[in-house]
Amino acid sequence: MLNKKIFSCRGTRDRSEWRAFILVIFLLLALGGIALSLSVGALSISLNEIITAIFSDTPGANRQVIWNIRLPRTLVGALVGVNLSLAGAILQGVMKNPLADPHIIGVSSGAGLAGVSIMVLFPHKEYLVTPFAFFGAMLAAIFIYILAWKGGIRPVRIILAGVAVSAFLNSAISALLVFYSDRVHGALMWMVGGLSARSWPHLDIILPYTIIGGILAILGARRLNILNLGDEIARGLGLNVEVSRIALTAVAALMAASAVSVVGLLGFVGLIVPHAARLLVGSDYRYLLPASALLGVAVVTLSDTLARVAFAPIEIPVGIIMAFVGAPFFLYLLRRDA
Amino acid sequence: MSIMKAEALSVNFDDKMVLKDLSLAIEEGKIISILGPNGSGKSTLLNVLSRNIKPNKGIVYLDGQNLAQLSGKRLAQQMAVLPQSPQAPSDLTVRDLVEFGRFPHQSWWRGKSEQDEVCVSWALTQTGLTQMADRVVSTLSGGERQRVWIAMALAQKPEILLLDEPTTYLDICHQLEIMELLAAFNHEHKLTVVMVLHDINHAARYSDYVAVLQQGQIFAAGKPADVITEHTLREVFRVESEISFDSSGKPMVMIRGLTSKN
Repeated sequence: MLNKKIFSCRGTRDRSEWRAFILVIFLLLALGGIALSLSVGALSISLNEIITAIFSDTPGANRQVIWNIRLPRTLVGALVGVNLSLAGAILQGVMKNPLADPHIIGVSSGAGLAGVSIMVLFPHKEYLVTPFAFFGAMLAAIFIYILAWKGGIRPVRIILAGVAVSAFLNSAISALLVFYSDRVHGALMWMVGGLSARSWPHLDIILPYTIIGGILAILGARRLNILNLGDEIARGLGLNVEVSRIALTAVAALMAASAVSVVGLLGFVGLIVPHAARLLVGSDYRYLLPASALLGVAVVTLSDTLARVAFAPIEIPVGIIMAFVGAPFFLYLLRRDA
Repeated sequence: MSIMKAEALSVNFDDKMVLKDLSLAIEEGKIISILGPNGSGKSTLLNVLSRNIKPNKGIVYLDGQNLAQLSGKRLAQQMAVLPQSPQAPSDLTVRDLVEFGRFPHQSWWRGKSEQDEVCVSWALTQTGLTQMADRVVSTLSGGERQRVWIAMALAQKPEILLLDEPTTYLDICHQLEIMELLAAFNHEHKLTVVMVLHDINHAARYSDYVAVLQQGQIFAAGKPADVITEHTLREVFRVESEISFDSSGKPMVMIRGLTSKN
Protein backbone atom coordinates (compact mmCIF):
# COMPACT_ATOMS: atom_id res chain seq x y z
CA MET A 1 0.00 0.00 0.00
CA LEU A 2 2.78 2.41 0.86
CA ASN A 3 3.99 2.67 -2.68
CA LYS A 4 5.42 5.69 -4.38
CA LYS A 5 3.95 4.57 -7.68
CA ILE A 6 0.51 4.75 -6.20
CA PHE A 7 1.40 8.19 -4.92
CA SER A 8 2.83 9.53 -8.14
CA CYS A 9 0.25 8.28 -10.63
CA ARG A 10 -2.85 9.45 -8.86
CA GLY A 11 -4.95 12.44 -9.76
CA THR A 12 -4.73 15.65 -7.77
CA ARG A 13 -7.68 14.84 -5.55
CA ASP A 14 -6.43 11.39 -4.69
CA ARG A 15 -3.00 12.83 -4.05
CA SER A 16 -4.18 15.35 -1.52
CA GLU A 17 -6.25 12.68 0.20
CA TRP A 18 -3.21 10.40 0.23
CA ARG A 19 -0.99 13.13 1.68
CA ALA A 20 -3.56 13.95 4.36
CA PHE A 21 -3.80 10.23 5.17
CA ILE A 22 -0.02 9.91 5.54
CA LEU A 23 0.18 13.06 7.66
CA VAL A 24 -2.51 11.68 9.99
CA ILE A 25 -0.63 8.37 10.23
CA PHE A 26 2.59 10.23 11.06
CA LEU A 27 0.76 12.33 13.66
CA LEU A 28 -0.62 9.18 15.29
CA LEU A 29 2.85 7.59 15.22
CA ALA A 30 4.32 10.69 16.86
CA LEU A 31 1.65 10.79 19.58
CA GLY A 32 1.97 7.02 20.03
CA GLY A 33 5.74 7.32 20.37
CA ILE A 34 5.40 10.03 23.00
CA ALA A 35 2.77 8.05 24.93
CA LEU A 36 4.81 4.86 24.79
CA SER A 37 7.95 6.64 25.89
CA LEU A 38 6.08 8.07 28.90
CA SER A 39 4.47 4.79 29.82
CA VAL A 40 7.17 2.16 29.38
CA GLY A 41 10.19 1.69 31.61
CA ALA A 42 11.36 0.25 34.91
CA LEU A 43 8.04 1.44 36.31
CA SER A 44 5.15 0.78 33.96
CA ILE A 45 2.56 3.57 34.01
CA SER A 46 -0.80 3.44 32.27
CA LEU A 47 -2.08 6.20 30.00
CA ASN A 48 -4.66 7.29 32.59
CA GLU A 49 -2.03 7.46 35.28
CA ILE A 50 0.20 9.51 32.99
CA ILE A 51 -2.55 12.04 32.41
CA THR A 52 -3.33 12.21 36.12
CA ALA A 53 0.34 12.60 36.94
CA ILE A 54 0.80 15.45 34.47
CA PHE A 55 -2.34 17.45 35.09
CA SER A 56 -3.05 17.04 38.79
CA ASP A 57 -0.57 17.57 41.57
CA THR A 58 -1.27 14.52 43.69
CA PRO A 59 2.19 13.56 44.89
CA GLY A 60 3.38 10.00 44.33
CA ALA A 61 5.92 7.81 42.60
CA ASN A 62 4.17 8.11 39.24
CA ARG A 63 4.26 11.85 39.33
CA GLN A 64 7.90 11.81 40.36
CA VAL A 65 8.90 9.53 37.51
CA ILE A 66 6.76 11.22 34.87
CA TRP A 67 7.37 14.80 35.82
CA ASN A 68 11.05 14.63 36.72
CA ILE A 69 12.36 11.99 34.36
CA ARG A 70 10.20 10.72 31.53
CA LEU A 71 8.30 13.82 30.42
CA PRO A 72 11.35 16.09 29.96
CA ARG A 73 13.35 13.29 28.39
CA THR A 74 10.55 12.42 25.98
CA LEU A 75 10.01 16.05 25.05
CA VAL A 76 13.74 16.59 24.46
CA GLY A 77 13.70 13.51 22.23
CA ALA A 78 10.65 14.76 20.34
CA LEU A 79 12.19 18.20 19.72
CA VAL A 80 15.51 16.66 18.71
CA GLY A 81 13.57 14.57 16.21
CA VAL A 82 11.85 17.67 14.84
CA ASN A 83 15.07 19.70 14.62
CA LEU A 84 17.23 17.08 12.95
CA SER A 85 14.53 15.96 10.52
CA LEU A 86 13.68 19.51 9.45
CA ALA A 87 17.36 20.39 9.15
CA GLY A 88 17.93 17.34 6.95
CA ALA A 89 14.87 18.02 4.79
CA ILE A 90 15.92 21.65 4.30
CA LEU A 91 19.52 20.76 3.47
CA GLN A 92 18.51 18.08 0.96
CA GLY A 93 16.48 20.74 -0.82
CA VAL A 94 19.03 23.51 -0.59
CA MET A 95 21.93 21.33 -1.74
CA LYS A 96 19.81 19.42 -4.24
CA ASN A 97 21.62 16.35 -3.02
CA PRO A 98 19.97 13.29 -1.50
CA LEU A 99 22.96 12.66 0.77
CA ALA A 100 22.89 16.11 2.35
CA ASP A 101 22.22 16.07 6.09
CA PRO A 102 23.40 18.03 9.14
CA HIS A 103 26.76 16.21 8.90
CA ILE A 104 27.49 17.71 5.55
CA ILE A 105 27.62 21.30 6.78
CA GLY A 106 30.01 20.37 9.57
CA VAL A 107 27.50 20.64 12.41
CA SER A 108 28.29 17.19 13.77
CA SER A 109 32.05 17.28 13.49
CA GLY A 110 32.20 20.84 14.88
CA ALA A 111 29.98 19.95 17.83
CA GLY A 112 31.89 16.70 18.19
CA LEU A 113 35.32 18.25 18.48
CA ALA A 114 34.15 20.98 20.86
CA GLY A 115 32.17 18.57 23.02
CA VAL A 116 34.83 15.86 23.16
CA SER A 117 37.51 18.45 23.94
CA ILE A 118 35.60 19.55 27.02
CA MET A 119 34.90 15.98 28.08
CA VAL A 120 38.47 14.73 27.90
CA LEU A 121 40.40 17.90 28.71
CA PHE A 122 38.11 19.37 31.38
CA PRO A 123 36.05 16.40 32.59
CA HIS A 124 34.97 18.26 35.74
CA LYS A 125 33.35 20.98 33.63
CA GLU A 126 30.70 18.91 31.89
CA TYR A 127 28.19 21.76 32.01
CA LEU A 128 30.28 23.45 29.30
CA VAL A 129 29.73 20.62 26.82
CA THR A 130 26.40 21.88 25.49
CA PRO A 131 27.29 25.55 24.90
CA PHE A 132 30.71 24.64 23.48
CA ALA A 133 29.24 21.99 21.21
CA PHE A 134 26.71 24.52 19.95
CA PHE A 135 29.37 27.09 19.13
CA GLY A 136 31.62 24.42 17.65
CA ALA A 137 28.80 23.34 15.36
CA MET A 138 28.04 26.87 14.21
CA LEU A 139 31.72 27.72 13.76
CA ALA A 140 32.29 24.67 11.58
CA ALA A 141 29.20 25.47 9.49
CA ILE A 142 30.26 29.10 8.99
CA PHE A 143 33.81 28.02 8.18
CA ILE A 144 32.60 25.59 5.53
CA TYR A 145 30.42 28.31 4.03
CA ILE A 146 33.34 30.73 3.83
CA LEU A 147 35.52 28.06 2.22
CA ALA A 148 32.82 27.25 -0.32
CA TRP A 149 32.21 30.91 -1.20
CA LYS A 150 33.58 31.96 -4.55
CA GLY A 151 31.45 34.72 -5.99
CA GLY A 152 28.42 32.74 -4.88
CA ILE A 153 27.58 29.42 -3.31
CA ARG A 154 27.47 26.22 -5.28
CA PRO A 155 26.04 23.21 -3.46
CA VAL A 156 28.78 20.93 -4.75
CA ARG A 157 31.46 23.18 -3.27
CA ILE A 158 29.70 23.18 0.10
CA ILE A 159 29.51 19.40 0.09
CA LEU A 160 33.19 19.02 -0.83
CA ALA A 161 34.29 21.63 1.69
CA GLY A 162 32.05 19.93 4.27
CA VAL A 163 33.59 16.54 3.65
CA ALA A 164 37.12 17.96 3.93
CA VAL A 165 36.49 19.99 7.08
CA SER A 166 34.61 17.13 8.73
CA ALA A 167 37.43 14.71 7.98
CA PHE A 168 39.89 17.17 9.52
CA LEU A 169 37.82 17.73 12.67
CA ASN A 170 37.07 14.04 13.05
CA SER A 171 40.75 13.16 12.95
CA ALA A 172 41.28 15.75 15.69
CA ILE A 173 38.58 13.98 17.73
CA SER A 174 40.31 10.64 17.15
CA ALA A 175 43.64 12.14 18.23
CA LEU A 176 42.08 13.41 21.46
CA LEU A 177 40.59 10.01 22.16
CA VAL A 178 43.93 8.30 21.57
CA PHE A 179 45.79 10.67 23.88
CA TYR A 180 43.18 10.44 26.63
CA SER A 181 42.15 6.83 26.18
CA ASP A 182 41.22 6.58 29.88
CA ARG A 183 38.41 9.09 29.39
CA VAL A 184 37.00 7.70 26.17
CA HIS A 185 33.84 6.14 27.57
CA GLY A 186 31.81 9.29 28.23
CA ALA A 187 32.93 10.85 24.98
CA LEU A 188 32.02 7.75 23.05
CA MET A 189 28.49 7.66 24.49
CA TRP A 190 28.05 11.29 23.56
CA MET A 191 29.35 10.79 20.05
CA VAL A 192 26.79 8.10 19.38
CA GLY A 193 24.04 10.30 20.77
CA GLY A 194 21.72 9.50 23.62
CA LEU A 195 18.89 10.92 25.70
CA SER A 196 19.96 9.47 29.02
CA ALA A 197 19.61 11.96 31.90
CA ARG A 198 18.26 14.69 29.63
CA SER A 199 15.89 16.95 31.51
CA TRP A 200 14.14 20.32 31.67
CA PRO A 201 17.22 22.54 31.25
CA HIS A 202 18.02 20.72 28.01
CA LEU A 203 14.47 21.27 26.83
CA ASP A 204 14.87 25.00 27.46
CA ILE A 205 17.93 25.01 25.22
CA ILE A 206 16.27 23.32 22.25
CA LEU A 207 12.75 24.69 22.43
CA PRO A 208 13.39 28.22 21.08
CA TYR A 209 15.24 26.80 18.08
CA THR A 210 12.47 24.33 17.38
CA ILE A 211 9.81 27.05 17.49
CA ILE A 212 11.65 29.74 15.54
CA GLY A 213 13.33 27.29 13.16
CA GLY A 214 10.08 25.44 12.57
CA ILE A 215 8.24 28.66 11.70
CA LEU A 216 11.03 29.83 9.39
CA ALA A 217 11.16 26.42 7.72
CA ILE A 218 7.42 26.43 7.00
CA LEU A 219 7.66 29.99 5.66
CA GLY A 220 10.53 28.84 3.46
CA ALA A 221 8.64 25.84 2.05
CA ARG A 222 7.64 27.54 -1.19
CA ARG A 223 11.19 28.82 -1.68
CA LEU A 224 12.51 25.29 -1.24
CA ASN A 225 10.03 24.13 -3.88
CA ILE A 226 11.29 26.80 -6.27
CA LEU A 227 14.96 26.02 -5.50
CA ASN A 228 14.26 22.40 -6.45
CA LEU A 229 13.51 23.49 -10.01
CA GLY A 230 17.17 24.42 -10.49
CA ASP A 231 19.01 27.71 -10.05
CA GLU A 232 18.23 29.09 -13.50
CA ILE A 233 14.48 28.51 -13.28
CA ALA A 234 14.45 29.75 -9.68
CA ARG A 235 16.19 32.97 -10.71
CA GLY A 236 13.83 33.34 -13.66
CA LEU A 237 10.93 33.17 -11.22
CA GLY A 238 12.42 36.03 -9.24
CA LEU A 239 13.86 34.08 -6.32
CA ASN A 240 17.09 35.41 -4.87
CA VAL A 241 18.83 32.06 -5.05
CA GLU A 242 21.97 32.99 -3.08
CA VAL A 243 20.16 34.70 -0.22
CA SER A 244 17.54 31.94 0.05
CA ARG A 245 20.22 29.28 0.09
CA ILE A 246 22.25 30.98 2.83
CA ALA A 247 19.21 31.81 4.96
CA LEU A 248 17.76 28.30 4.75
CA THR A 249 21.13 26.70 5.48
CA ALA A 250 21.49 28.95 8.52
CA VAL A 251 18.07 27.85 9.80
CA ALA A 252 19.06 24.20 9.31
CA ALA A 253 22.44 24.73 10.99
CA LEU A 254 20.88 26.38 14.07
CA MET A 255 18.24 23.67 14.45
CA ALA A 256 20.77 20.85 14.04
CA ALA A 257 23.37 22.52 16.27
CA SER A 258 20.91 22.99 19.13
CA ALA A 259 19.85 19.34 18.91
CA VAL A 260 23.33 17.89 18.56
CA SER A 261 24.78 19.99 21.37
CA VAL A 262 22.19 18.57 23.78
CA VAL A 263 22.02 14.88 22.84
CA GLY A 264 25.32 14.27 21.07
CA LEU A 265 25.99 13.30 17.50
CA LEU A 266 22.74 11.66 16.56
CA GLY A 267 23.46 11.13 12.89
CA PHE A 268 20.80 9.01 11.41
CA VAL A 269 17.59 11.03 11.85
CA GLY A 270 18.54 13.98 9.67
CA LEU A 271 19.40 11.83 6.69
CA ILE A 272 16.81 9.10 6.65
CA VAL A 273 13.66 10.59 8.13
CA PRO A 274 13.31 13.22 5.36
CA HIS A 275 13.94 10.52 2.76
CA ALA A 276 11.30 8.21 4.18
CA ALA A 277 8.87 11.13 4.37
CA ARG A 278 9.65 12.11 0.78
CA LEU A 279 8.99 8.59 -0.48
CA LEU A 280 5.54 8.73 1.07
CA VAL A 281 4.29 12.32 0.65
CA GLY A 282 6.36 13.43 -2.35
CA SER A 283 8.75 16.33 -2.75
CA ASP A 284 6.37 19.27 -2.23
CA TYR A 285 7.92 20.96 0.81
CA ARG A 286 4.59 22.26 2.08
CA TYR A 287 3.81 18.63 2.97
CA LEU A 288 7.31 17.25 3.25
CA LEU A 289 8.33 19.54 6.14
CA PRO A 290 5.43 18.73 8.49
CA ALA A 291 5.68 15.06 7.52
CA SER A 292 9.41 14.99 8.32
CA ALA A 293 8.89 16.77 11.65
CA LEU A 294 6.18 14.32 12.75
CA LEU A 295 8.10 11.26 11.57
CA GLY A 296 11.19 12.61 13.35
CA VAL A 297 9.26 12.78 16.62
CA ALA A 298 7.98 9.24 16.14
CA VAL A 299 11.37 7.78 15.23
CA VAL A 300 13.30 9.36 18.12
CA THR A 301 10.72 8.70 20.85
CA LEU A 302 10.09 5.10 19.75
CA SER A 303 13.81 4.38 19.40
CA ASP A 304 14.53 5.87 22.79
CA THR A 305 11.82 3.75 24.36
CA LEU A 306 13.40 0.69 22.78
CA ALA A 307 16.85 1.84 23.92
CA ARG A 308 15.66 1.95 27.52
CA VAL A 309 13.69 -1.27 27.48
CA ALA A 310 15.50 -3.69 25.17
CA PHE A 311 18.42 -4.54 27.45
CA ALA A 312 17.03 -3.21 30.74
CA PRO A 313 18.46 -2.34 33.14
CA ILE A 314 21.30 -1.44 30.78
CA GLU A 315 20.43 1.47 28.56
CA ILE A 316 21.92 1.70 25.09
CA PRO A 317 22.38 5.05 23.34
CA VAL A 318 19.41 5.82 21.13
CA GLY A 319 21.71 6.53 18.17
CA ILE A 320 22.65 2.86 17.99
CA ILE A 321 19.02 1.71 18.03
CA MET A 322 18.08 4.14 15.29
CA ALA A 323 20.85 3.06 13.00
CA PHE A 324 20.13 -0.63 13.59
CA VAL A 325 16.39 -0.42 13.05
CA GLY A 326 16.23 2.52 10.68
CA ALA A 327 18.88 1.66 8.13
CA PRO A 328 17.32 -1.67 7.11
CA PHE A 329 13.88 -0.02 6.99
CA PHE A 330 15.26 2.65 4.73
CA LEU A 331 16.84 0.07 2.45
CA TYR A 332 13.48 -1.71 2.35
CA LEU A 333 11.76 1.52 1.23
CA LEU A 334 14.45 2.01 -1.39
CA ARG A 335 14.22 -1.49 -2.81
CA ARG A 336 10.44 -1.76 -3.03
CA ASP A 337 10.44 1.42 -5.05
CA ALA A 338 12.80 0.17 -7.72
CA MET B 1 9.93 50.64 -30.11
CA SER B 2 12.48 48.49 -28.38
CA ILE B 3 11.45 46.71 -25.19
CA MET B 4 14.99 45.62 -24.43
CA LYS B 5 18.31 47.14 -25.19
CA ALA B 6 21.79 45.80 -24.56
CA GLU B 7 24.60 48.33 -24.72
CA ALA B 8 28.26 47.48 -25.15
CA LEU B 9 28.16 44.13 -23.33
CA SER B 10 31.43 42.41 -22.53
CA VAL B 11 31.72 39.15 -20.66
CA ASN B 12 34.95 37.37 -19.70
CA PHE B 13 35.19 33.87 -18.31
CA ASP B 14 38.59 33.98 -16.62
CA ASP B 15 40.80 35.24 -19.47
CA LYS B 16 38.51 34.30 -22.31
CA MET B 17 36.38 37.05 -23.89
CA VAL B 18 32.99 35.48 -24.52
CA LEU B 19 31.12 38.64 -25.51
CA LYS B 20 32.96 41.64 -26.95
CA ASP B 21 31.37 45.06 -26.88
CA LEU B 22 28.05 43.70 -28.11
CA SER B 23 24.99 45.92 -28.55
CA LEU B 24 21.50 44.78 -29.46
CA ALA B 25 18.02 46.29 -29.49
CA ILE B 26 14.96 44.06 -29.24
CA GLU B 27 11.76 45.38 -30.71
CA GLU B 28 8.56 44.98 -28.76
CA GLY B 29 6.13 42.28 -29.89
CA LYS B 30 8.56 40.57 -32.26
CA ILE B 31 10.27 37.19 -32.39
CA ILE B 32 14.04 37.47 -32.32
CA SER B 33 16.34 34.50 -32.82
CA ILE B 34 19.99 34.38 -31.87
CA LEU B 35 22.05 32.11 -34.12
CA GLY B 36 25.69 31.16 -34.13
CA PRO B 37 28.08 28.24 -34.02
CA ASN B 38 29.04 26.50 -30.77
CA GLY B 39 31.08 28.80 -28.55
CA SER B 40 29.99 31.98 -30.33
CA GLY B 41 28.51 33.32 -27.09
CA LYS B 42 24.79 33.01 -27.91
CA SER B 43 23.83 31.26 -24.68
CA THR B 44 25.96 33.71 -22.73
CA LEU B 45 24.16 36.59 -24.40
CA LEU B 46 20.80 35.10 -23.42
CA ASN B 47 22.07 34.60 -19.87
CA VAL B 48 23.09 38.25 -19.67
CA LEU B 49 19.73 39.39 -21.04
CA SER B 50 17.97 37.24 -18.43
CA ARG B 51 20.33 38.50 -15.67
CA ASN B 52 21.58 35.01 -15.00
CA ILE B 53 25.11 36.29 -15.67
CA LYS B 54 26.37 39.74 -14.78
CA PRO B 55 28.27 41.31 -17.68
CA ASN B 56 31.77 42.62 -16.93
CA LYS B 57 30.90 45.71 -18.92
CA GLY B 58 27.77 47.16 -20.43
CA ILE B 59 24.16 47.68 -19.43
CA VAL B 60 20.91 45.95 -20.31
CA TYR B 61 17.71 48.01 -20.27
CA LEU B 62 14.25 46.49 -19.97
CA ASP B 63 11.44 48.97 -20.65
CA GLY B 64 13.99 51.71 -20.14
CA GLN B 65 15.00 50.49 -16.66
CA ASN B 66 18.47 49.25 -15.87
CA LEU B 67 18.13 45.47 -15.54
CA ALA B 68 20.72 45.33 -12.75
CA GLN B 69 18.61 47.61 -10.55
CA LEU B 70 15.31 45.73 -10.77
CA SER B 71 14.28 43.46 -7.90
CA GLY B 72 14.10 39.76 -8.72
CA LYS B 73 10.32 39.66 -8.41
CA ARG B 74 9.77 42.84 -10.37
CA LEU B 75 11.92 41.44 -13.17
CA ALA B 76 10.13 38.08 -13.11
CA GLN B 77 6.80 39.84 -13.50
CA GLN B 78 7.99 41.33 -16.77
CA MET B 79 10.29 38.64 -18.09
CA ALA B 80 10.08 34.85 -18.15
CA VAL B 81 13.12 32.68 -18.81
CA LEU B 82 13.35 29.08 -19.94
CA PRO B 83 16.83 27.53 -19.73
CA GLN B 84 17.96 24.61 -21.85
CA SER B 85 16.45 21.27 -20.74
CA PRO B 86 15.22 22.22 -17.26
CA GLN B 87 14.69 19.46 -14.68
CA ALA B 88 11.78 19.15 -12.26
CA PRO B 89 11.31 16.84 -9.27
CA SER B 90 9.75 13.72 -10.77
CA ASP B 91 6.57 13.64 -8.71
CA LEU B 92 5.13 17.07 -9.50
CA THR B 93 1.95 17.37 -11.52
CA VAL B 94 1.58 19.63 -14.54
CA ARG B 95 -0.57 21.98 -12.48
CA ASP B 96 1.98 22.07 -9.61
CA LEU B 97 4.66 23.15 -12.04
CA VAL B 98 2.55 25.76 -13.84
CA GLU B 99 1.53 27.22 -10.49
CA PHE B 100 5.18 27.99 -9.76
CA GLY B 101 4.91 30.54 -12.54
CA ARG B 102 2.79 32.64 -10.19
CA PHE B 103 5.60 32.84 -7.61
CA PRO B 104 6.74 36.34 -8.63
CA HIS B 105 3.19 37.62 -8.13
CA GLN B 106 2.85 36.16 -4.64
CA SER B 107 4.21 37.47 -1.37
CA TRP B 108 5.72 35.30 1.33
CA TRP B 109 2.82 35.66 3.72
CA ARG B 110 0.11 35.09 1.14
CA GLY B 111 -0.65 31.96 -0.85
CA LYS B 112 -2.67 31.55 -4.04
CA SER B 113 -5.09 34.29 -5.06
CA GLU B 114 -8.04 34.08 -7.43
CA GLN B 115 -5.94 35.92 -10.00
CA ASP B 116 -3.33 33.17 -9.73
CA GLU B 117 -5.95 30.48 -10.38
CA VAL B 118 -7.19 32.36 -13.43
CA CYS B 119 -3.68 32.74 -14.86
CA VAL B 120 -2.83 29.08 -14.29
CA SER B 121 -5.93 27.77 -16.04
CA TRP B 122 -5.40 30.29 -18.81
CA ALA B 123 -1.80 29.09 -19.32
CA LEU B 124 -2.96 25.45 -19.28
CA THR B 125 -5.68 26.15 -21.87
CA GLN B 126 -3.37 28.10 -24.14
CA THR B 127 -0.81 25.29 -24.23
CA GLY B 128 -3.45 22.56 -24.62
CA LEU B 129 -2.56 20.99 -21.28
CA THR B 130 -5.89 21.29 -19.45
CA GLN B 131 -6.65 17.58 -19.97
CA MET B 132 -3.24 16.63 -18.57
CA ALA B 133 -3.23 19.05 -15.64
CA ASP B 134 -3.28 16.28 -13.05
CA ARG B 135 -0.70 14.09 -14.76
CA VAL B 136 2.73 13.71 -13.19
CA VAL B 137 5.38 15.50 -15.23
CA SER B 138 7.69 12.47 -15.37
CA THR B 139 5.00 10.50 -17.28
CA LEU B 140 4.88 13.06 -20.12
CA SER B 141 6.76 12.95 -23.42
CA GLY B 142 9.57 15.39 -24.14
CA GLY B 143 7.35 17.62 -26.25
CA GLU B 144 4.58 17.70 -23.65
CA ARG B 145 7.09 18.46 -20.94
CA GLN B 146 8.47 21.41 -22.87
CA ARG B 147 4.91 22.69 -23.25
CA VAL B 148 4.51 22.50 -19.47
CA TRP B 149 7.59 24.67 -18.97
CA ILE B 150 6.28 27.14 -21.51
CA ALA B 151 2.93 27.13 -19.68
CA MET B 152 4.78 27.93 -16.46
CA ALA B 153 6.51 30.84 -18.16
CA LEU B 154 3.20 32.08 -19.57
CA ALA B 155 1.56 31.90 -16.13
CA GLN B 156 4.09 34.54 -15.13
CA LYS B 157 2.27 36.85 -17.55
CA PRO B 158 5.50 38.27 -18.90
CA GLU B 159 5.95 40.91 -21.58
CA ILE B 160 9.02 39.15 -22.86
CA LEU B 161 9.98 35.47 -22.98
CA LEU B 162 13.58 34.28 -23.25
CA LEU B 163 14.28 30.68 -24.32
CA ASP B 164 17.53 28.79 -24.72
CA GLU B 165 17.20 26.20 -27.51
CA PRO B 166 13.58 25.31 -26.74
CA THR B 167 13.48 22.52 -29.33
CA THR B 168 16.62 20.56 -28.40
CA TYR B 169 15.99 16.83 -27.91
CA LEU B 170 12.55 17.01 -29.59
CA ASP B 171 11.52 15.21 -32.76
CA ILE B 172 10.63 17.31 -35.79
CA CYS B 173 6.88 17.27 -35.15
CA HIS B 174 7.27 18.45 -31.57
CA GLN B 175 9.86 21.01 -32.63
CA LEU B 176 7.33 22.58 -34.98
CA GLU B 177 4.61 22.31 -32.35
CA ILE B 178 6.71 24.38 -29.95
CA MET B 179 7.60 26.93 -32.63
CA GLU B 180 3.96 27.26 -33.71
CA LEU B 181 2.91 27.70 -30.08
CA LEU B 182 5.41 30.51 -29.58
CA ALA B 183 4.45 32.13 -32.88
CA ALA B 184 0.76 31.99 -31.98
CA PHE B 185 1.47 33.57 -28.65
CA ASN B 186 3.54 36.27 -30.16
CA HIS B 187 0.79 36.97 -32.67
CA GLU B 188 -2.20 36.94 -30.31
CA HIS B 189 -0.73 38.47 -27.18
CA LYS B 190 2.08 40.59 -28.60
CA LEU B 191 4.52 38.62 -26.44
CA THR B 192 8.11 39.45 -27.31
CA VAL B 193 10.10 36.24 -27.80
CA VAL B 194 13.89 36.06 -27.75
CA MET B 195 15.41 32.64 -28.31
CA VAL B 196 18.65 30.91 -29.04
CA LEU B 197 18.15 28.42 -31.87
CA HIS B 198 20.35 25.86 -33.55
CA ASP B 199 18.09 25.21 -36.52
CA ILE B 200 18.65 27.98 -39.04
CA ASN B 201 15.49 27.13 -40.99
CA HIS B 202 13.34 27.42 -37.87
CA ALA B 203 14.87 30.79 -37.19
CA ALA B 204 14.29 31.89 -40.78
CA ARG B 205 10.70 30.75 -40.78
CA TYR B 206 9.49 31.97 -37.40
CA SER B 207 11.57 35.04 -36.57
CA ASP B 208 10.95 38.68 -37.38
CA TYR B 209 14.61 39.40 -36.72
CA VAL B 210 17.73 37.29 -36.55
CA ALA B 211 21.07 38.07 -34.93
CA VAL B 212 24.04 35.94 -35.96
CA LEU B 213 26.91 35.78 -33.47
CA GLN B 214 30.51 35.02 -34.22
CA GLN B 215 33.18 34.96 -31.54
CA GLY B 216 31.22 37.10 -29.13
CA GLN B 217 30.25 39.76 -31.63
CA ILE B 218 27.29 40.30 -33.90
CA PHE B 219 28.23 39.27 -37.39
CA ALA B 220 24.92 40.33 -38.90
CA ALA B 221 21.47 41.29 -37.58
CA GLY B 222 18.21 42.10 -39.29
CA LYS B 223 15.37 40.47 -41.20
CA PRO B 224 15.97 36.77 -41.94
CA ALA B 225 16.09 37.34 -45.70
CA ASP B 226 18.84 39.92 -45.28
CA VAL B 227 20.90 38.05 -42.72
CA ILE B 228 20.62 34.39 -43.64
CA THR B 229 22.70 34.37 -46.80
CA GLU B 230 25.18 32.06 -48.42
CA HIS B 231 27.86 34.52 -47.37
CA THR B 232 26.85 34.40 -43.67
CA LEU B 233 26.70 30.63 -43.68
CA ARG B 234 30.13 30.37 -45.23
CA GLU B 235 31.79 32.97 -43.01
CA VAL B 236 30.16 32.05 -39.69
CA PHE B 237 29.18 28.40 -39.90
CA ARG B 238 31.84 27.28 -42.43
CA VAL B 239 29.30 25.54 -44.65
CA GLU B 240 28.38 25.90 -48.31
CA SER B 241 24.68 26.38 -48.90
CA GLU B 242 21.98 27.18 -51.37
CA ILE B 243 19.21 29.53 -50.34
CA SER B 244 15.76 29.60 -51.87
CA PHE B 245 12.67 31.52 -50.78
CA ASP B 246 9.21 30.22 -49.93
CA SER B 247 5.97 31.85 -51.07
CA SER B 248 6.04 34.33 -48.17
CA GLY B 249 9.59 35.36 -49.04
CA LYS B 250 11.26 33.58 -46.11
CA PRO B 251 14.65 32.09 -46.84
CA MET B 252 15.08 28.30 -46.80
CA VAL B 253 18.57 26.96 -46.40
CA MET B 254 19.90 23.81 -47.97
CA ILE B 255 23.36 22.85 -46.77
CA ARG B 256 25.58 21.44 -49.51
CA GLY B 257 28.66 20.65 -47.50
CA LEU B 258 31.60 21.97 -45.52
CA THR B 259 33.50 24.96 -46.81
CA SER B 260 36.92 23.76 -47.84
CA LYS B 261 39.67 25.30 -45.73
CA ASN B 262 42.26 27.29 -47.64
